[in-house]
Amino acid sequence: MQEFEYCAARTVREAVSLLAEKGRLARPLAGGTDVLVQMRSGRRQVERLVDIKGIPDTNQLSYGPRVGLQLGAAVPCYRIYQNETVSKMYPGLIDAAALIGGIQIQGRATLGGNLCNAAPSADAVPSMIALGAICVIAGPNGTREMPVEDFCTAPGQTVLGDGEFLVSLRIPPPRPNSGAHYLRFIPRNEMDIAVAGVGSSVVLDRAKRSFVSARVALASVAPRPLYVKEAGDVLAGKEVSAKAIEDAAEAAMAAARPINDMRGTIVQRRHLVGVLTRRTLREAIQRAGATAA
Amino acid sequence: MPPRKVHVQARINGEEVEFLCEPRQSLLEVLRDVLGLTGTKEGCNDGNCGACTVIFDGRIVDSCCVLGVEAQGRQITTVEGIASVNGLHPIQQAFLEQAALQCGICTPGFIVASKALLDQEPNPSEHRIRHWLAGNLCRCTGYDKIVRAVLEASQKM
Repeated sequence: MQEFEYCAARTVREAVSLLAEKGRLARPLAGGTDVLVQMRSGRRQVERLVDIKGIPDTNQLSYGPRVGLQLGAAVPCYRIYQNETVSKMYPGLIDAAALIGGIQIQGRATLGGNLCNAAPSADAVPSMIALGAICVIAGPNGTREMPVEDFCTAPGQTVLGDGEFLVSLRIPPPRPNSGAHYLRFIPRNEMDIAVAGVGSSVVLDRAKRSFVSARVALASVAPRPLYVKEAGDVLAGKEVSAKAIEDAAEAAMAAARPINDMRGTIVQRRHLVGVLTRRTLREAIQRAGATAA
Repeated sequence: MPPRKVHVQARINGEEVEFLCEPRQSLLEVLRDVLGLTGTKEGCNDGNCGACTVIFDGRIVDSCCVLGVEAQGRQITTVEGIASVNGLHPIQQAFLEQAALQCGICTPGFIVASKALLDQEPNPSEHRIRHWLAGNLCRCTGYDKIVRAVLEASQKM
């Protein structure tokens, strides 16, 4: 592998200054399951890796009824799905955390890293978008926040500037009568990259008969994880019905901009978006406590 | 100028170990090339095949995706740490009896991963074993013999 310098940061401020000194030639290290592979294959040039796993802020995993979930960017997948509170409150997040890689990868890989790697196929990102997650970013000019759907800009590209890094993600507390779900299509049972993936969330009214709001996000069908606002808009205020779900699936299919590649075709991917949108919405509705139409 | 080496201290297979490594060396390279623990195998070297599986602070990881410098202060178990002075571990014995290997390159990874599973879940179902071992690839056996070996070991332990 290329030569580089390894620095272990103890505080957010220290990490920012270590990253800022090297600009684009510095990269944060959390689980390393993407960045180390990219460096070894020569796809990414790095002169300094800044290990952020020793920073308390990046290791937080706590839930409070007001702030919701505070998820540090260096928390590996297994800590998320082994946490009883998180599993109970955010099953839609667990869907993704439990299917990224195998058990070995889940022992290291983080949802923060999944987001920062900015792969269009990232499994955790549609889930986070569906759940309304917010990125907490530290940098030379202080801290800024933004919705997850605005974070990735192109394959492998994010909004992060020199010296900036993702500290944590904040996911709002689940609303009453809400549910979420993530599904992907892969040709095998485990350990594969999504041909297409869909994360959906719904909030139902008190009678659990109508949608108050909904969010749908897609993986592997655009240059970046795609938030489909139109799919949620067609559901808001509508009665829970097969027709409403179908309309949302149509909106998601219309928003998808897939390509042909070794994993799938445009036609197949668009079809999958429809199937997975319907299925994730039905499961999200069930998790919200209603019977899906 | 030769790259600066870093001093690392870790507990490997129950023994305190000190070594020097470059930041760019993976834990896999350190185990094999610096410490001479060649039981851990390199397969894909990119986190897909699980041949380099070790137990790292109680969790299985692909050692090709961990830096040697990240081992500082950690507890690591490799395949060399599975058998005892009294003989093979029941998982190793079951792999032999069930003929759960052919070329053998994936075997250390399967044994380490299986050991970690049975340590935390003594009686896993076949489905659970298959799911747990999804991160270990074998191109010879077709997996059935491996799964049978782990099931047999779980019954004997």
